[in-house]
This record gives sequence, C-alpha cells and structure tokens, in this order.
Amino acid sequence: MAGSFEQFERALGELRAQIDRVKRLTQEQGLDRSAEIAELEAQERRLLEEVYANLSPWDQTLIARNPQRPYLLDYVHLLFNDFTELQGDRLYADDGAMVGGPARLDDRWVMVIGQQKGRDAADRHKRNHGYSRPEGYRKALRLMRLAEKFQRPVISLVDTTAADASVGSEERGISEAIARNIRDMFLLRVPIIVAITGEGGSGGALGIGVGDRVLMLEHAVYSVIPPEGCAAILWKDPKRAPEAAAALRVTARSAREMGAVDEIVPEPLGAAHRDKETTARNLKEALSRHLDELCRTDVDTLLDLRYEKFRRLGEYVDPSSNGAG
Amino acid sequence: MANGWFRKQAGGDRRPPDDGPRETAGDIPEGMWIKCPKCRDLLFAKELERNLKVCTKCGYHFRLTARERIDLLLDPGSFVEHDAGLASVNPLDFPDYTQKLEEHRRRTGMSEAVLSGEGALEGQMLTLAVTDFHFMGGSMGSVVGERITRAVERATKVGVPTLLISGTGGGARQQEGLLALMQMAKTSAALARHHDAGLLAVVLLTDMSLAGVMASWGSLGDVMLAEPGAKIGFAGERVSQQAQVMKVPADFQTAEFHLAHGQLDKVVQRKDLRDTIARVMRFAGAPVKAEIEEPALATG
Repeated sequence: MAGSFEQFERALGELRAQIDRVKRLTQEQGLDRSAEIAELEAQERRLLEEVYANLSPWDQTLIARNPQRPYLLDYVHLLFNDFTELQGDRLYADDGAMVGGPARLDDRWVMVIGQQKGRDAADRHKRNHGYSRPEGYRKALRLMRLAEKFQRPVISLVDTTAADASVGSEERGISEAIARNIRDMFLLRVPIIVAITGEGGSGGALGIGVGDRVLMLEHAVYSVIPPEGCAAILWKDPKRAPEAAAALRVTARSAREMGAVDEIVPEPLGAAHRDKETTARNLKEALSRHLDELCRTDVDTLLDLRYEKFRRLGEYVDPSSNGAG
Repeated sequence: MANGWFRKQAGGDRRPPDDGPRETAGDIPEGMWIKCPKCRDLLFAKELERNLKVCTKCGYHFRLTARERIDLLLDPGSFVEHDAGLASVNPLDFPDYTQKLEEHRRRTGMSEAVLSGEGALEGQMLTLAVTDFHFMGGSMGSVVGERITRAVERATKVGVPTLLISGTGGGARQQEGLLALMQMAKTSAALARHHDAGLLAVVLLTDMSLAGVMASWGSLGDVMLAEPGAKIGFAGERVSQQAQVMKVPADFQTAEFHLAHGQLDKVVQRKDLRDTIARVMRFAGAPVKAEIEEPALATG
C-alpha cells in the first residue's frame, strides 16, 4: 500500500461524506435508505480493516502526523478534570510548544506535561508546531519538581517532530535543557508515566520521555531521527523517507520489541483521529492501571527499577559475560 | 620563497575549511608539509606534532584521535582500557551498516567510536571515555553508550571523577535506531547516580560535538570545557538550515559562541587542558592514586 495511503485516506473521507449525505437526505425526505447506509458503512469498514492491517512504517508516520490526530489538550479535556495550566520557566519565557499543569485523573491528582502542536495557523505559530524550545524543557522540569514536592505522579504525553533548532534555542542551551531533563528524570522521587501519543521525535521526545512506564499509542511513531533527515544524510535524498522509516523501525511494535516501550495502547479501527473518545478511554485505562501499581511501590525501589529499565537497552556482543548484552 | 613553492606543489585546493572532514594530524606522513585548513599556511609536520597538533601560525586545533587525546591528558602509562571486547552488531539489519562498521574498524584500527577506561591525571584517579570522530563521526550506538555508562558507573562505585570527551559529530547513530536514542537515556542515568553521589564530572567538547551526544552526556559536566574553534551544537547543519528563519551568526555553533552565551565554563587551549582539568579535580577533592584500593578500580 506504500505511497497510496494518502489517496486511501482521501477516498475514505469521500465515502464518509457520501454516508453523511445519504443520512441527511433520509432525514430531510423521510425516505428509508437504511439498507443503502448499511451497505456503505460495511464498505467503509472493509476498506479500513484491509488497509489498517497492512500499514507500512511510512504509513504509520503519516498517521502519527495527521493534523486531525488528538493533541495533548484534547487528552487533557477527555481524560482529566480540573486541569490548571502553569506557565513559564522562571528564567526567560513561556514556551507554547510545551504545556503542563496539575489535573485530576479520577480521584488522583497528577502533574500533566507534554507537547502541543497547533490546530490552525495562528495556534501553530503560538505552539511553534510542537517544536519545544529550551524554555519548554525547563518549564517541564520545574513542574516535575513541583509534583515531587507534593508527592504527585507525573504523566508526560510526548508528541513532537523534534526539539527546536533555531539560533535562539541554541543560544539558550537547547542541548543542556534536554540533557538535564533526561538526567534529572532519573532522580525524580515520584512515579513517572510517559505516553508517546503522536510523534516521538528523538531527543525532543526523550527530553520528557524518561519514566517508570513508557506507553505508546498503536499508531504513534518513535525514532532517533525523522525519516526524511535519515534519508537526506545517508542517501542524500529526502524523498527516500519511506525506505528510511522502514529501516529505522519507527513503529510502536518495533519500539516494544527493542524494549524502549513497555506497552502499546490500542487505537480504534482507522486510528485515533477517527475516534478521539475511544482512544482517550483506552489511554486512561492504561494510565490508571499503571498508576495503581506504581503508587504502591516504594520510591527507592521505583528509582532502581527506572534505572535498570533503561540500563538494559542496547544490543552488542560482550565476550566477558557469556552472551549478548 | 620556499613557502610559495610548496603552495604551488600542493595544487589549487582552495576549499573552505568547513567543506568536508578536517585534516587529521594523525594521518600526517613523516617529514611532510601540512597545509593548515584555516590559515592555509604550510606547517612542517614535525613542528606541528611538537605543538600538540595546533597550527603554529593561527592556533587552529587539528582533530586528535582518542588515543592521542588520552596520551595528551593522562599521566604516562596510567591508562588502562576497559570493555575493549564489546562489539557492535546490526540490531535493526540496517542496510550497509555491517559493512560500514567493518570499513571503519579497518580504517581506524579501533573497535568502536569510543575509547574508555581509567587512569590518572597528575596523580589523581579518574575514569574516562573519549569519542573519536574518525570512527563513523564518533556517533553513539549501543557499544559507545555501554562503554560510557560502564566508565561512569565504575567512577561512582569507586568514588572518583569521570572525564567525558566528545569528538562526536554524528550524534546518536541512526543505524541503530531507537536503541541509539536510548543510549542517551542510559548514559544520562549513569551520570545522574554519579552526580547524586557527589562526584565530579568534567566534559570536554572537541571538534565536532553535535546532536544526541550534546543532548545527553555532552552537556552534563559539572564543568564544561571546549577546545578553541570546535564546532558544537544541537542540530547538524542540514537540519539547522531548514529550521532557520533568521540569519545565522558567523560564529554560530562554535565553542566561542557557546562560551559567549553562557553554555560553557571555559574555552581552553590544548596545551592548558591538562592543568585546567587537574585544578578542577583538586578543587573537587579527587582522591590521589595512593588512596584508592587498586583492585577495586581494576575490577570495578
């Protein structure tokens, strides 16, 4: 299906519009066209099942980047209550690409942090398209420390193509901001659950991506480099991105196989953008289940397990240990 | 003038200094003249060697190999390499990766892009890891991450400083996919524990230090040093250019740029590095060799 996935999505959109049109006619004209509607909906379902059973890593990348996909603030509204946004890094600015604040997940207070891409042109500008600047990472760390002070768990929702690479971000230490977050998340004395909800874009993702559990939505991607960048560097041809997506193994299943992700959260048929509510419900179920477990664990044990979980990652031959590492 | 004759002999090579890999002083054949890629003056190889591979005319710092770096900084004969046996595999079956590894092993004589172990600096014990640009741009895959992590863990266990030196232009090694990205987490985790134990981490950034390494251990020194002129940054040039809306300053992503913006403690001439690091270690109260039980460090 490679290459035709976008056409497929367009065709499906037209089919959906046709179904809606027939439904509207039914109401307006009072004619019973339920058989026709049922047939069209069955056709839609067959198409979805067929295509979603055979997604290439590049298709997955396009789904993860779909501008209709739920973003952080959608999840905040669908999953949590009493969210109060807290802003600023207390050093320089507030970064619109990173959002955070306390919220309730059922009866449990948590600190939610995560990247927010924009919905329309003005919002995308305000959110810097979800490319976080140093201020964003520093704000996130400040909020995590606030959570630690009051012994509240941290929930981090990752969705970024990459961290911001502008001159300004370089001047204000984007590398340092990410590195410090990664280090200090290993020292944070409250449970952390990370969920990759859209794009897990390399260091930009990892800067809020260290946790006791790392979950990943079924159609999210997680990669060391965007496929276009990989193709440009290795093959001098960004158009070979689909090939690079496959070589990099960007899918949730691969991330799970490599041990970088603990659990894949299922999405409804046709991915999260077709049914935000079901996606949010699935994510909430997973978050609550893991929170129950982590909140029962003594904090020193938690930190040891968090360390060990990442310590194990990597593949190499170690002749001194009778086998591979 | 002799200079003119040699310049003519060297041919019409007028490419700018950053247009491709820098000259490597390690490859200088005996008794030859070397053209400085910065000032384009001709230098006598032996004189360049004596000057620690720094241009005697303009101060340009040629890249060193990891081995040369260790010889330059540590007490003679004190370096003991660790984890030399760890070998890279091709975990993703990434196209051409296995051949590329082979080629770089052959070309550099190194087993991977980092040399790690323990040693002494003016009698003070430390563990260290040095990434080497000549091996796949010094990029960090599983073996590089594991060796660095073990070097830091050993330092934590024994209670000594760790010195991490970056010559990593390649960031996290894309041929190992997410496993390479996870080395950023792994090395930072080890540094978190080392930091928590109240121990000193010194980071030295050399040409080039970019991307994934900068967004992890390369930025996590208590003291951050760099060599003059070193290219240091978050995003490689290609990525960076795409993201630029405003004009890039002339010194963008140099050691001096980061010093001016408060991201580095000091830009240090090669000849002064050893003294500078030794002083910082004394300030931190690093144990001297006699205070450490030898077997602890050797087997750690």
